[in-house]
Amino acid sequence: MSVATATLGRYERGRLGEFVSDVWVLTKRSIARIRREPETLAEVTIQPILFVLMFAYVFGGAIGLPGGGSYHEYLIGGMLGMGLAQTAPGTAVAVVSDMSTGLIDRFRSLPMSRAAVLTARTIADLLTQVIGALVVAGVGLAIGWRVHTGAGDVIAAFALALLFGYAFTWAGVCLGMVLRSPEAAQQSGFIIFLPLTFISSAFVPTQGMPGWLQPVAEWNPMSSLAAACRHLFGNPNPAAAVHAWPAQHPELAVICWSVGMLLVFAPLAVHLYRRKAIG
Amino acid sequence: MTETPAIEAEGLVKTYGKTKALAGFDLAVPPGTVYGLLGPNGAGKTTAVRVLATLLRPNGGRAQVLGHDVVTAAAEVRRVIGLTGQYAALDEYLTGRANLIMIGQLSRLTGAHARQRADELLEQFSLTEAAGRAVKTYSGGMRRRLDLAASLIGHPAVLFLDEPTTGLDPSARAMMWDIVRELAADGTTLLLTTQYLEEADQLARRVAVMDGGRVIAEGTPDELKSSVGGEHLEVILAPGSDIEAAITALKPHATGTIRPVEGSQRLSVPVAAAEGLTTKVVRALDAAGVEVNDVTISRASLDDVFLSLTGHLAEAEPEAEPEAEGSAAE
Repeated sequence: MSVATATLGRYERGRLGEFVSDVWVLTKRSIARIRREPETLAEVTIQPILFVLMFAYVFGGAIGLPGGGSYHEYLIGGMLGMGLAQTAPGTAVAVVSDMSTGLIDRFRSLPMSRAAVLTARTIADLLTQVIGALVVAGVGLAIGWRVHTGAGDVIAAFALALLFGYAFTWAGVCLGMVLRSPEAAQQSGFIIFLPLTFISSAFVPTQGMPGWLQPVAEWNPMSSLAAACRHLFGNPNPAAAVHAWPAQHPELAVICWSVGMLLVFAPLAVHLYRRKAIG
Repeated sequence: MTETPAIEAEGLVKTYGKTKALAGFDLAVPPGTVYGLLGPNGAGKTTAVRVLATLLRPNGGRAQVLGHDVVTAAAEVRRVIGLTGQYAALDEYLTGRANLIMIGQLSRLTGAHARQRADELLEQFSLTEAAGRAVKTYSGGMRRRLDLAASLIGHPAVLFLDEPTTGLDPSARAMMWDIVRELAADGTTLLLTTQYLEEADQLARRVAVMDGGRVIAEGTPDELKSSVGGEHLEVILAPGSDIEAAITALKPHATGTIRPVEGSQRLSVPVAAAEGLTTKVVRALDAAGVEVNDVTISRASLDDVFLSLTGHLAEAEPEAEPEAEGSAAE
């Protein structure tokens, strides 16, 4: 009886078809979790709102922009980068948790695509990043942020921000594969992603930093994304006066950084995942 | 055992640094049977199952499941196996039903077939009522049942059960045993690891006893028991009886040395089981003028097998192995 039913209702779709369908099934799993526990979205909703309000109304008054302009308008370009990149520790936590339960063992004993588990994770996180980007834009509009360019530029800015965020998600997956506890993954948020955000032009212009720190901040991918968004939104962009290559070509710099990170971290993540089992 | 084994391992070796979790592990499981892998903590049972289920790459030796090599044809192996580990492999935040459907779809069932199978299994495992609740609200026994249901959704021909009843209460354990028996009756090949001798005795047609990463004894539970000395006749004499006379009278019926139990009127007589043996023994003693209070036949249990093979008793705690194995990253 089991032999007869075993051949019923099964499908063969070829490697790519199976990969796509596995990714879809697993992405739905992550989305279902968000629907059950919406508080997991706090890091892309409440946190960016708090940061925007703090910087706009607490620190903002003390931060002068070279070349002038509204700090509130300046802030949103940087906030987009921070809001998206800081989902990476959350990705790492989710990966560590998954790897430490028996669920991943089950996945690995199934005839499913090896790369699907990680890809689905990053796609679910990309969806939360879309929510995060909308929240940042919404709170930005509320505090007086305005766009002074066309729809094409705005779409380009958000596309760059999401490409950038997606690249960070793969970095988060690698972290999750290397770290052993969800607590350690949570800590990585402070140890790696906080300095990455603050040693950049996300919140303050690099011109005010000590001379030795300026090159670090100017080449920081976070600065490139902030400058690219400011440029595309038509917001104050003091980086335009900086001579460093990424400051002069922020959009290209974001693409280079993102593609570079994807090329490094995506294969590395799959390699780390496979190393734990027979590929 | 003339048929091709459903699961076959030859000289499997798996090392973690200097620790040999498997040190030349051999196994041949006949198709359509329940096979017990018995051993104490750290004997290598879990490692063996993880290698056979393609979760770990062995350092040496080879193994096949239904003729597919677990290393070079891992994808084919995964199409025919199901695995239920010591820890419920479920998504805590999904409902029971959603878990089953997800695993079904990942097992290459179509969405419709996965939903139909999920409902069948929920019914079969008495989980229909809880089907719509998140798994994190489930009790330990419910999780194990759902976990087993998840392993079955793709109709595996070979099922690995790693300590399926560890930590379960007696009624949940009895339910699990019934399920195992039903699966075996349907023709599924089951490899079951356990620390419970009783469980192996109850369920398994053949048993391999593991210690130190290899199989140290193999056979049917009865074969193993008789290898340790088979049956014993416990003879309790009336107070003040002549022990020497009793031993002389029993000698023709014994298959080995008769040992008097010190400080008592009790004799332990190794015998070969035969019909009417007890009656013959009582008559012989009566003829010798020895008064008998009681005669009982005691058969060796798998506990005795275990003790005599490994020099220690089976431990009841859950296996300590996974620390070495959970992170196979080394």
